[in-house]
Amino acid sequence: MSNSFYREIINDHNLRPAHKHELDGANLTLRGVNPSCGDDITLKLLVEDDVVKDGAYTGDGCAISQASADMMLDLVIGKTKDEALDLYRLFDRMIKNEATEEEIEKLEEAGSLIDVSHMPARVKCAVLGWRTMSNMLEGE
Amino acid sequence: MDIKAVREDFPLLKEYGDIAYLDNAATTQKPYFVIEAEKNFYERENANPMRGLYELSQRATDIYEKARESVRDFINAKSTKEIVFTRNATESLNLLAYSYGELLEEGDEIAVTVVEHHSNLIPWQQIAKRKGLAIRWIECEDDGTISEEALKKAISDRTKIVAMTQISNVLGIENDIKKYARIAHEAGAIFVCDGAQSVPHIFVDVEELDVDFLVFSGHKMLGPMGIGVLYGKEKYLEKMPPFLFGGEMIEYVTREDSTWNELPHKFEAGTVNAAGATGLMAAIDYYKRLGFSNIIERENYLSRFAYNILKDIPEVNILGSRDADMHHGIFSFTVDGVHPHDIAEILSSDGICVRAGHHCAQVLMQHMKTMSTARASIAFYNTEEEIERFAESLSTLRRRMGYVK
Ligand SMILES: Cc1ncc(COP(=O)(O)O)c(C=O)c1O
Repeated sequence: MSNSFYREIINDHNLRPAHKHELDGANLTLRGVNPSCGDDITLKLLVEDDVVKDGAYTGDGCAISQASADMMLDLVIGKTKDEALDLYRLFDRMIKNEATEEEIEKLEEAGSLIDVSHMPARVKCAVLGWRTMSNMLEGE
Repeated sequence: MDIKAVREDFPLLKEYGDIAYLDNAATTQKPYFVIEAEKNFYERENANPMRGLYELSQRATDIYEKARESVRDFINAKSTKEIVFTRNATESLNLLAYSYGELLEEGDEIAVTVVEHHSNLIPWQQIAKRKGLAIRWIECEDDGTISEEALKKAISDRTKIVAMTQISNVLGIENDIKKYARIAHEAGAIFVCDGAQSVPHIFVDVEELDVDFLVFSGHKMLGPMGIGVLYGKEKYLEKMPPFLFGGEMIEYVTREDSTWNELPHKFEAGTVNAAGATGLMAAIDYYKRLGFSNIIERENYLSRFAYNILKDIPEVNILGSRDADMHHGIFSFTVDGVHPHDIAEILSSDGICVRAGHHCAQVLMQHMKTMSTARASIAFYNTEEEIERFAESLSTLRRRMGYVK
């Protein structure tokens, strides 16, 4: 992460995550793993009436995997399922360097992971939480 | 050793003078002579070795066989019949598992250590599954070394193969191969030595060690990628069936059956990597030019230098031995609170190349109760300055990851 401002945002979510905890009332749980590097998270969501009412994650891994999951939850809690899935697709496009600047703004702090698009080895880390969420919501 | 002059021999080190390449256990950089030898083969010697009767093909054959002789001499094998060229250590081990595995029977046992690289592990695991053999695990000490007791505990009168690395690619420890080969032989087993990390960095003499097989890769010892070696005692190679079938490895073919070419060609099916072999020979010549003992001395010196700096950084934890001389230039480490991938990424932004991950040794990682580590590995052409830069960068990591101190 060459840009130190982005680095700070990521560090902050990694060291002081808002959503890294258990979630007792969750009705969806899924574990996501990157076998090659050992990132391992368990994502829990409370989804009612097609709205993501609450969410949390536990696990461990590199700063990017952990911060990305935290920033994702910041963004999707309170959104409908479809909105959350749209954000996932947008995030995925950003990581593939296919999203416009305007679009990236919609990702708020998760947009700070744009640099990962130049770091192929870290793509899996950045999308781990997102992919897990999309698997959960689509599998529902 | 005039290290400035030595670095001049390595085009990549010259091109990127500002990066510190500390991933030599993964692959080494190549001296000019090696690159030139491969190029020269294609420019001046190229024809299909062993096939044509015309002069150019004969020259290609000669240079390929000369390379084999140079490898034989380097590891002190008795005969060039015992030197089989493969793509790399991994292919050599697969050849062994498939071919020697054919000679084993249900219930036979293969003993492997928990520190092995996946390539000295999965081929055995899979042949064991196919043929109903049993894998016996040789456990390691805290520093990663294998004790005589652990070896003896894992072998029985059904043990047919003991497979062990000479130097661990994760911890750098060296096993007493000579002693363990003897123990394996006393139990009636053959001994397979993974020399991928040892042949490039210490004297390996197959006669002295009395191993039955030794494997290594050219690219980890200054040579090109795509050329590797399987050394095997002639008496075993003779009784092993071929691994791959096709051109060059046959003697006589009819519609019904075929007979096999003599050693080592029986195990070299298809067109060989003559340019790669030529490059490997140039690498061996380069070792000789610098003097292998000078290389070893320099690497031991750098290894101690690195250990002494790293051990004084409080947040850095070096895995394995606390004795610098046990590391052979290989340091797996963690940094408190910083994931290995983040370590490698930040070091990379400072121009320092280290590896992060499980290093193809997941069984060892499980044994050490970790998912991954970062690893720095040194070669003689590294400098004190590079190691100091690496250590400096390491001591800024926690701050850059957002920790207060
Ligand atoms: C100890 C050990 N064995 C085997 C190998 C496999 O080498 P290669 O990938 O060249 O086949 C390696 C290198 O990665 C190694 O370090």
